[in-house]
Amino acid sequence: MIEIIKQPWPWYVAGALIGLTVPYLLLVGNKTFGISSSLRHLCAACMPANIKFFSYDWRKEAWNLFFVGGIIAGAFIAGHFLMTGAPVELAEPTAEYLASKGITDNSRLLPSELFSWEQLFTLRGLIFFVVGGFMVGFGTRYAGGCTSGHAIMGLSSLQWPSLVATISFMIGGIVMTWFILPHLLTL
Amino acid sequence: MQHTFQQTPATSADLTARELDAMCVNESELKHPWWYNLKYSAWGILFGIVFVKAEIVSWFRIQEMFRFESFHMYGVIGTAVVVGAISVLLIKRLKARTIYGEEIHIPNKTFNKGQIYGGLLFGLGWAITGACPGPLFAQIGAGFPVILVTFLSAWAGTWVYGRLREQLPH
Repeated sequence: MIEIIKQPWPWYVAGALIGLTVPYLLLVGNKTFGISSSLRHLCAACMPANIKFFSYDWRKEAWNLFFVGGIIAGAFIAGHFLMTGAPVELAEPTAEYLASKGITDNSRLLPSELFSWEQLFTLRGLIFFVVGGFMVGFGTRYAGGCTSGHAIMGLSSLQWPSLVATISFMIGGIVMTWFILPHLLTL
Repeated sequence: MQHTFQQTPATSADLTARELDAMCVNESELKHPWWYNLKYSAWGILFGIVFVKAEIVSWFRIQEMFRFESFHMYGVIGTAVVVGAISVLLIKRLKARTIYGEEIHIPNKTFNKGQIYGGLLFGLGWAITGACPGPLFAQIGAGFPVILVTFLSAWAGTWVYGRLREQLPH
């Protein structure tokens, strides 16, 4: 059993479990699924600075932070005890493309060529960590949700604005991957 | 929650923008001790394991997705939406209640331009970092402490958005 769990999980198992988050949260507490809100609650909790957007009782939304805490713990368990140590199996064309950009280390989930402490203090590191992270935090809040809140919760409940948001996520990602990232990777 | 918002009369654009956020809309009336929140942590743990084991938190998988060279991520998100949609349909049909007997309410999202501008911006960041906010937390937990820097930056990004919100087109 443990050997099966240690293998990478197929998309339909992962997709089904992630999808079940929607009814779970609704049934246990009338909560709508969304993860990026946690960043807002952290702002409200730590540095509201009299900004209207952060002036609310974040304690009432504490469930979201408990959920995120669980994600960190679960990822810790999986990352430390449930891995086989086998490299990430990549689609052939992706692997070839990345190799042409000098990204070859697929021994872990993130390539060490990009995501390491040494990289952090380079221009490329600045973009991948600081600029990238900033766009994720700013963009998700501006959009009113992320992949969980819009793509999964929003589409599941047939909200067309969430479809607009999801399409925008995809366009942004495609533009970055095809037109900007090729230059960033060779910095 | 309401009392905070009643202090200053909000413009209609303001309200529209506010409705987009999941919070403040479907607040439970019940008051529970803090440890009731552990049921969210329990699901979060399962969620974090799925994120790592299905490699959803992998930068490589996000590259494959945006390059249209693998079905994996489309399969994950597609299945999640189908399972979520069937669940929502059942909950509505059966008029299901929460385990505490409350009526289940799913707030409607209203359109505003932020979904486009913010969505594009998030998409750009998603392809660089290989992480949406959930996987960001999972990457840190899974043994990549350096991603704390990305997280802090995302946190700052959210704060700056809150600071500039009134000036941004919505």
